[in-house]
Amino acid sequence: MSALAAPNEVVTKALLRQVNVPGLDRPAALITLDNGFDHTKPNTFGPAGLTSLDEAITAALAADPAFIAVTGKPYIFCVGADIVGLPQLADRAQALEIGRLGHRVFARLRDSTVPTFAFVNGAAMGGGLELALHCHYRTLSGGATALALPEVSLGLVPGWGGTQLLPNLIGIPAATQVIIQNPLMQNKMLKPKQAAELGIADVLLEPADFLERSLEWAAGVVRGQVTVTRPEVDKDMWAGVLYFARETLNQRLHGAVPAAYKALDLLETAKDGDFAAGTAAEDEALADLVFSEELRSGLYAFDLVQRRAKRPAGAPDKGLARTITKVGIVGAGLMAGQLALLFARRLQVPVVMTDLDQSRVDKGVGYVHTQIEKAVTKGRMDKNTAAKLYGLVSGTVDKGSFADADFVIEAVFEDLGVKKQVWAELEKIVSSEAVLATNTSSLSITEMAAELEHPERVVGFHFFNPVAVLPLLEIVRGERTDDATLATAFAVGKQLKKSSVLVKDAPAFVVNRLLTRFLGTVFAAVDAGTPLDVANSALDPLGLPMRPLALLQLVGPAVAYHVGGTLHAAYPDRFGVSENLRRIADSGQPIVVDDQVNAEVAKLLVVGDEPLTAEQVRQNALDALAQEIRLMLDEGVVAEAQDIDLCMILGAGWPFHLGGVTPYLDRTGTSERATGRRFLPRGAASLPA
Amino acid sequence: MPREVRDVVFVDGVRTPFGKAGGMYANTRADDLVIRCIRELLRRNPQLPPERVEEVAVAATTQIGDQGLTIGRTAALLSGLPKTVPGFAIDRMCAGAMTAVTTVASGIAMGAYDVAIAGGVEHMGRHPMGEGVDPNPRIIAEKLVDPSALVMGATAENLHDLVPHITKERTDAFALASQQKTAKAYANGKLQDDLVPMSIRDAEGAWGLATVDEAPRDTSLEKLATLKTPFRPHGKVTAGNAAGLNDGATASLLADEATARELGLPVAMRLVSFGFVGVEPEVMGVGPIPSTEKALRLAGLSIDDIGLFELNEAFAVQVLAFLDHFGIADDDPRVNPWGGAIAIGHPLASSGVRLMTQLARQFAEHPEVRYGVTAMCIGIGMGGTVIWENPHWTEGNK
Repeated sequence: MSALAAPNEVVTKALLRQVNVPGLDRPAALITLDNGFDHTKPNTFGPAGLTSLDEAITAALAADPAFIAVTGKPYIFCVGADIVGLPQLADRAQALEIGRLGHRVFARLRDSTVPTFAFVNGAAMGGGLELALHCHYRTLSGGATALALPEVSLGLVPGWGGTQLLPNLIGIPAATQVIIQNPLMQNKMLKPKQAAELGIADVLLEPADFLERSLEWAAGVVRGQVTVTRPEVDKDMWAGVLYFARETLNQRLHGAVPAAYKALDLLETAKDGDFAAGTAAEDEALADLVFSEELRSGLYAFDLVQRRAKRPAGAPDKGLARTITKVGIVGAGLMAGQLALLFARRLQVPVVMTDLDQSRVDKGVGYVHTQIEKAVTKGRMDKNTAAKLYGLVSGTVDKGSFADADFVIEAVFEDLGVKKQVWAELEKIVSSEAVLATNTSSLSITEMAAELEHPERVVGFHFFNPVAVLPLLEIVRGERTDDATLATAFAVGKQLKKSSVLVKDAPAFVVNRLLTRFLGTVFAAVDAGTPLDVANSALDPLGLPMRPLALLQLVGPAVAYHVGGTLHAAYPDRFGVSENLRRIADSGQPIVVDDQVNAEVAKLLVVGDEPLTAEQVRQNALDALAQEIRLMLDEGVVAEAQDIDLCMILGAGWPFHLGGVTPYLDRTGTSERATGRRFLPRGAASLPA
Repeated sequence: MPREVRDVVFVDGVRTPFGKAGGMYANTRADDLVIRCIRELLRRNPQLPPERVEEVAVAATTQIGDQGLTIGRTAALLSGLPKTVPGFAIDRMCAGAMTAVTTVASGIAMGAYDVAIAGGVEHMGRHPMGEGVDPNPRIIAEKLVDPSALVMGATAENLHDLVPHITKERTDAFALASQQKTAKAYANGKLQDDLVPMSIRDAEGAWGLATVDEAPRDTSLEKLATLKTPFRPHGKVTAGNAAGLNDGATASLLADEATARELGLPVAMRLVSFGFVGVEPEVMGVGPIPSTEKALRLAGLSIDDIGLFELNEAFAVQVLAFLDHFGIADDDPRVNPWGGAIAIGHPLASSGVRLMTQLARQFAEHPEVRYGVTAMCIGIGMGGTVIWENPHWTEGNK
């Protein structure tokens, strides 16, 4: 045990109390999990926490209680293993031991001859939910947020019984969804009602008197007055469901996430119900994964998203930020409409859209109204909020209505001349302190501001499409942008609930520059004569969210061609202009139809006769990425490699198992081959040396 | 527009176990105590559609913090009642819940609504008596009220001065009897059904469950004789012959009798009359005497018609003064048969409903009794009395 001591463990104590429950002739044992902090620091299990639970169970059993129940502190049951401690494990043997320790302690609740209950009062994830699964019965609070087995998203498996218990409780289709599909879908969580319907809990109780009702319910079960019925698990469909899940995984990830495949194997083992064999397999899988590169990248990515995204590197003092009481949006197109809705929803201040003529304005405002109506119809927005938003968003052809706006963002045509003209006109209307933000994806902020009387209030505010979904906001500092403007931009970004990254005014900023460079190598291969199919599937081993051509289709070939042009002008030797891309853009045809390359598009291409292999395409693409990132870091586009990774995770949806991108480039040796050195020290996002 | 006064009935009442200030409810919010009671009332009466509740009156003496924010309304919302159900906060110190009952009963009687919830809460650990008060300086400048009127224990000593025949020995004996009657009632399962188990959390963070009152204690005349008299040197009032400082909440369901019958709600008591009367604030303990006389007069009854008494035991001397006035013996079995606040506790504004809930259960056990009284003394010199009729009274059914 001492070998496992985690020096920085925030210990979740298991506090045992004897509780007299009406109707029972002897006390029940109630164990509260509490790490001594409020809900912002949730309960987790490290070695000391597990030992505390072990001791509490021993003491509980010694008193021969009517039943044993485990519950959490307010709002939190337990969110699982203390993952911060995982990289500190010295070797595989220790990883095996932490798995076994959890199994041994939790098994006592399953093997107990005294009835055991989990009163899941709040967030229950990973090992927390697995603890609950070991209990004989479960009550669940309707106020419990965050119910999940998210291990696979990080690069682990539910290794404290989850893969063995869950499928035998709720059936293999639902268990596969909870253990594999949900973690890979932006870590989707279950709502209490869903969890209860799936059968994870025996009864769903209202939060107001959850503990009282849970104790009463447990007493009813013990006295035989409450009968718990669970549907029988269908074993016949087991293999079929797992076969289908494996095929789906192959199509999406092409083997890139070992944890997902290990989870599938464990679910297969669970069919026979030999719990000892199943948990032993979990221990082995866990130990393998703890010493896998994918997990180390996953933990690094998790930390970036949880911490660095909330405290952007290089952001100026918050105190400098100005208050925003009204927002102006220049343009009333689709992007402008998305921005208007987002600003009105999050800032709760008047938002005015303008465009050249009334019909465009009406169309823009109409789009916003339609989106609000949809949200209300789907039950995602209440009527009072909708009424407020209707009142906040307006449109006019008169830019004079921007006079009292503190923040004006433009979403007009991507042309430097057009944008400069917009700002010049606006500067005569707005106050000298009003922030002028541009949603440009590739133009220079510095140039855009050059001729203004107050260039210090111009800032880049680059969203990713779809604006409501992708969390990244690239905040671009022009050469003359001042701290107050920048602080205001970060404050607004936070209010919009976006994760902001500070970026220098460099062509195409971070995400578009890297994706363009990356796609450029793929298109160069196509131009050289590589078949579209080969080029398109060359990156499959990375397990990216979409293949290059699908990404191109999402971005739009015309936009990609335009951004490519900007970058070609800036860096002609690294960013080519593909005539084939222009041909595709001009044709207006979809590149991909039903996940297949469109044969009509393939016919448009004019190609060479030096095809590359998939391996060559992939190597070129990765080398190009590594080179470009090194150049960006040398140019100071962002503070550190961590910011590049954060941008790729949040703006392009690049996966945790790659750590965004630089951990993957490091561990495959690409960084050293292409740039002569690593991006991150060994051990930071990878296994130690 | 001519209208009839409607009969108001007490349908059901519950309470949390009462805690000692600083005791088991130290980490529990006051509003959660009364919310728990309201939810349990609704749960025990599933035949009542929640939207049929048309008023929620919740009393608290110190209406700040978790006892503030118009607690009747917020408690209704937090209990899960429909948002259309209104609520209000009410205060008459110790008679808060009693006044909540008489106020909604008045509304029911005049037809403003058919069903209402009335209750009270006092978390004296979180809100000690006198928290945040700002007495008008005229009270002293114009000698309107003796300053001792604001200290309840001092008013009890003042009362002793007026009734010197009530000795300390007699008050201690009454207090001991209260403890013994409560212990016996618990042993016989008389009190438990009123109680709503309440989740509690201790200082370490561990959850527990409050299922019994915390205040009752095993004592003796010898022990009681040794207690200090904190309100006056060599005085007579001690922690043993007075109610303590307590935390707790109550809630009750009242209805128009016809509506109760229509909905199939039980009728536990029928309201006959009520009276509140002011007395000298310095001797507030005498309050229940004139208020009971008034309620009897309004009902056309005499004290001899009353078969059961639930008298709040703020101080033994004050109950004994009442009994002496009406010629009732200290150990009359009609009086507080299951003990009283000296044993159970007195979380100020919540206690009125506890008296009613216990009287209702005694009515069910005593069909030979037709009328009962709930009465209590009130700070700043008042008394409050409610007279109830027993619907189980057998003579009436003949």
